[in-house]
Amino acid sequence: MEVELKETIDELESLKQSLTDPSYRYPIDKLKLRVERLAKFGNSGPLRRSKVKDMSAEVVDSNPYSRLMALQRMGIVQNYERIREYSVAIVGIGGVGSVAAEMLTRCGIGRLLLYDYDKVELANMNRLFFRPEQVGMTKTDAAVQTLSDINPDVVLESYTLNITTVQGFETFMSSLKNKSFSPNKQGSGVDIVLSCVDNYEARMAVNQACNELNQTWMESGVSEDAVSGHIQLLIPGETACFACAPPLVVASGVDERTLKREGVCAASLPTTMGVVAGLLVQNTLKYLLEFGQVSPYLGYNSLKDYFPTMEMKPNPQCSNAACLQRQKEYLLAKPARDAAAKAKMEAEASSSAEGPLHLDNEWDISVVDDDEPEGIDIKSSAALPEGLTRELPSADEFHTTPEAPDSAIDDIEDLRRQLDALNSS
Amino acid sequence: MEGWDPSTKSTLTQIPLLTTKAGPRDGAPWTQRLKEEYKALIAYTQMNKSNDNDWFRISAANPEGTRWTGKCWYVHNLLKYEFDLQFDIPITYPATAPELELPQLDGKTQKMYRGGKICLTVHFKPLWAKNCPRFGIAHALCLGLAPWLAAEIPILVDSGMIKHKDDATSSIES
Ligand SMILES: [Zn+2]
Repeated sequence: MEVELKETIDELESLKQSLTDPSYRYPIDKLKLRVERLAKFGNSGPLRRSKVKDMSAEVVDSNPYSRLMALQRMGIVQNYERIREYSVAIVGIGGVGSVAAEMLTRCGIGRLLLYDYDKVELANMNRLFFRPEQVGMTKTDAAVQTLSDINPDVVLESYTLNITTVQGFETFMSSLKNKSFSPNKQGSGVDIVLSCVDNYEARMAVNQACNELNQTWMESGVSEDAVSGHIQLLIPGETACFACAPPLVVASGVDERTLKREGVCAASLPTTMGVVAGLLVQNTLKYLLEFGQVSPYLGYNSLKDYFPTMEMKPNPQCSNAACLQRQKEYLLAKPARDAAAKAKMEAEASSSAEGPLHLDNEWDISVVDDDEPEGIDIKSSAALPEGLTRELPSADEFHTTPEAPDSAIDDIEDLRRQLDALNSS
Repeated sequence: MEGWDPSTKSTLTQIPLLTTKAGPRDGAPWTQRLKEEYKALIAYTQMNKSNDNDWFRISAANPEGTRWTGKCWYVHNLLKYEFDLQFDIPITYPATAPELELPQLDGKTQKMYRGGKICLTVHFKPLWAKNCPRFGIAHALCLGLAPWLAAEIPILVDSGMIKHKDDATSSIES
């Protein structure tokens, strides 16, 4: 019925356009409004659940969280309900970001911040999440519509902007800093930023913001040939930042020279994107709820079902000034980190002496130390695990010759005028 | 420079290189960079004019020089096809190149991302990365937009996706 009503509205609109006599327009507009009201009425039909105050572990079919709270009963997660305190920012609400947002929404995350400047198109329908009737809406609006229906407990904030522009970046930064959701939280206003964008420029912008804010984030990506992907954890100062070395790609195993790029920019598959979104959110849940091992880097080669992993230390010669600053702070904090690790080890030793080890501690071997990670040397690409390559070369070394005292004009207004003069000649 | 045609290569080598590594959030160094951008654009425009290969107009659309607008054109079968050209300088510039947009062609070709951003060849980004910060706006136009127009406009015209503005009269301004 919904489709029919929408078609009726469209037909009325084209009828209106085709009329030469404007006096008929008013009754047609009135008719259109009535159909629109009917369409809205039809939409309000389905039941919307009300908000839940506390997450209950009670197993009844009306409890949306019973299966999640069971994770706690089974000893996988110590305190699942803490998820309601966390804020996650998702940059890029496309094939990966929208699915990640839905997963976190269904998990009952406290707050989601969504960033995208794009609109839903029919060409997106080979991916998950968005529906054909949302075509034309901004991705952020469409996502809020669906997500708030799925779980009204989640606080949703949407930002329709491009984070690579000066203005978009400023809004992005201030939204991450806003602490009104959890005023007592340390650091920024969000617990993690998930980058689900599809281009290098936007990843570099997320990297810039997170380095400046000392914000932990996770990178995700799917290759342009749609058959491989990756996720990566980035902790400013502690792990390599996105600018520390040229970006990595999981080699698909397909010879680049035989890959036919004529006539297309990028391919996409809902499967690869769904897998990558799943890996990303799983790593996020482990990071936030502190269970299992959080992967520093996990690649996915779907043609060979191969999952390379690795770690990367930061580059002391990174071109990003904020990264270098975070590296310095991380080194300075080493004594405090060592002391905390020692205290933790002692506390665990004494608690295990008191009683039987809890089941979930059996694999918890992270007590060794959290010293400088055994990361690979960022400079030599020879050290990369099999199946990983660099997407871009490093910048060539070059020496700035102290600019010859420019005898020519060096005033910006003069230069602007000179270009304008050329442009108008 | 594998994968580039000889004329693009020789043009590129004649555009002055830049030296200041600064983006639009960097204050005074950005002003310095902006001067270098102007010098490179002036030299490139002059070169195009003297080679009778004038093909774009671009100027800063705001005083900060973070947004640029203009026109570019391509002659195919003796007809001139002209398009609006626009782009923002990304905050991570010059580590990342500006994403050049031809909004009028949005949705008309596969070789384009949403918003009319042109889809560059596999050769562009590696070359840009290798040459950071020496390449600027002029280099992006030469290496990115010029080859894109040469490859895509004939296809768009021949397939009827774009029409000449005065189809019948076919006047060529120069
Ligand atoms: Zn770095």
